[in-house]
Amino acid sequence: MNHPISLRLRSAILSAAILVVIIAIWHVSTLPTKSSAAALTREQMEYAKLMGKDPQADSAPSAKSSFPTVADMGSVIAKGLAAPFYDNGPNDKGIGLQVAYSLGRVALGFGFAVAFAIPIGFVIGMSPLAYRALDPFIQVLKPISPLAWMPIALYTIKDSSISGIFVIFICSIWPMLTNTAFGVAGVRREWLNVARTLQVRPMRKAIEVILPAAAPTILTGMRISMGIAWLVIVAAEMLVGGTGIGYFVWNEWNNLSLANVIFAILIIGLVGMALDLLFAKAQKVVTYAD
Amino acid sequence: MRTDNPPHPAARPFLTVEGLTKSYVAGGEPVLDGVNFELDQGEFACIVGHSGCGKTTILNVLAGLESASGGVAIMSGREIAGPSLERGVVFQGHALMPWLSVRKNIAFAVRSKWPDWRDAKVTEQVEKYVEMVGLTHAIDKKPAALSGGMKQRVGIARAFAIQPKMLLLDEPFGALDALTRGTIQDELLRICRETGQTVFMITHDVDEAILLADKILLMSNGPQARVAEVVMNTMSKDRQRATMHHDAQYYAIRNHLVDFLVTRSKDLSHGRAPAKPPHVSPGLAATTPVPEPSAGEPHAHVLRIA
Repeated sequence: MNHPISLRLRSAILSAAILVVIIAIWHVSTLPTKSSAAALTREQMEYAKLMGKDPQADSAPSAKSSFPTVADMGSVIAKGLAAPFYDNGPNDKGIGLQVAYSLGRVALGFGFAVAFAIPIGFVIGMSPLAYRALDPFIQVLKPISPLAWMPIALYTIKDSSISGIFVIFICSIWPMLTNTAFGVAGVRREWLNVARTLQVRPMRKAIEVILPAAAPTILTGMRISMGIAWLVIVAAEMLVGGTGIGYFVWNEWNNLSLANVIFAILIIGLVGMALDLLFAKAQKVVTYAD
Repeated sequence: MRTDNPPHPAARPFLTVEGLTKSYVAGGEPVLDGVNFELDQGEFACIVGHSGCGKTTILNVLAGLESASGGVAIMSGREIAGPSLERGVVFQGHALMPWLSVRKNIAFAVRSKWPDWRDAKVTEQVEKYVEMVGLTHAIDKKPAALSGGMKQRVGIARAFAIQPKMLLLDEPFGALDALTRGTIQDELLRICRETGQTVFMITHDVDEAILLADKILLMSNGPQARVAEVVMNTMSKDRQRATMHHDAQYYAIRNHLVDFLVTRSKDLSHGRAPAKPPHVSPGLAATTPVPEPSAGEPHAHVLRIA
């Protein structure tokens, strides 16, 4: 290579440059506009007077952009990160606390889905009969938007928080189920033959041969499921309300605090990325070179 | 390692295969039709024949991985029905589990045979057999870090480690280069001589068969293939790969095998081979006239039947 700087460093510099450009565009587009009275129509001036404002005054408050500026954003982030876990009642909780609520729900729903999808996936993968019998159900249930389950969940469970968990559960199942079945069905004949000639008992065969052989495929399914679960929890919490990062976004929208909404969006993105990295790491651990 | 009472002549052979028939399509022409042969304890048998004649099917039946459509295989007085830890299998592809190290691959087999063994005992057994194939330096490596020859050695060690009564090898060296194959052949020969292991091995390599086998089973072409002839290897027991071709018997046996594979085997398909394969000793015929070692003969050529 002729380049004295490594690819990694160059890409980091480019990323930083792109970030600077984005912030610069943001800054420029939210600069205070010199909104003079001349810009207002007669009716608007009338309305301003009616509302007790003087449209002729120079220090008109409308001069400031209503979209948060970069500086506003900075102070909101600083404030949010300074005290992420405070709790001042139902409508005023720290962002860290809200994320924790969401993560808790995802963990529960996802955990139940793992406990359900992996054993069933094993059965489907090992038994052509089970595969054929369950395939129509899976094909019909898989494309349903998880949020469509919400009314049924709310009606039957009657608890908004558990309904949220149920929605996570139902959306996490499918990728894990299909990937587990696919991975288990694709375990190489020769490894199974080794187990057969060694008269390995079925349970030991499942745990010591099939599971590690199918683990990379299963983990891919889990990673996809986790991605979907994190997408869905935000929407579910917007619907259900109460706690969680999704509710936080909705609440701040109702407060017309766009800065907080943007802050929450950034946090959602970062947490989602962290979850994905976690599963990528796990995938690396179980992947075997052949 | 093996039972010390030598098989006395009146005793039944260690392995008897009688009228073994296999057809994959019900009512269709059987792949194997009436395969008969016997194997004594401690004998090394190689089975040679063209591709598709059903060698692997015979091995799979002996391993218990496939069931025969007709006939029986009886090992030490018991009919073979299903897999057993009495028989170790070395697969064509090494069939090692890539997520386990060499040590754990072999330990998996050892634990299957002796589930009650303490960890220390398992480790001892594993290390003994890894040392036997000369891979102690690579014991904690994953299969991906090993060469093809090393992987196949691990496969052999795994099969030996459960101390089976019979070892089944499905063309174990087919994928290896000639040099590696030679080294592992020598190793296998040494181990089998040391342990007195009974072996049934598939090969495509005539020279490999002459080096390793006491008994070479020649298969006619399929369909309705049979063991058409049993060639007794009458060369000295301690023959070596390097010097084997100086033995007068070598060419006689080799020519017999090649003639069979090239010309005779195809005339014996469709069940035209004799039901009871005759035992022949082409090597002995060669020793009587003591011919000059034919100088023009290209000797070390490996003949492989595709």
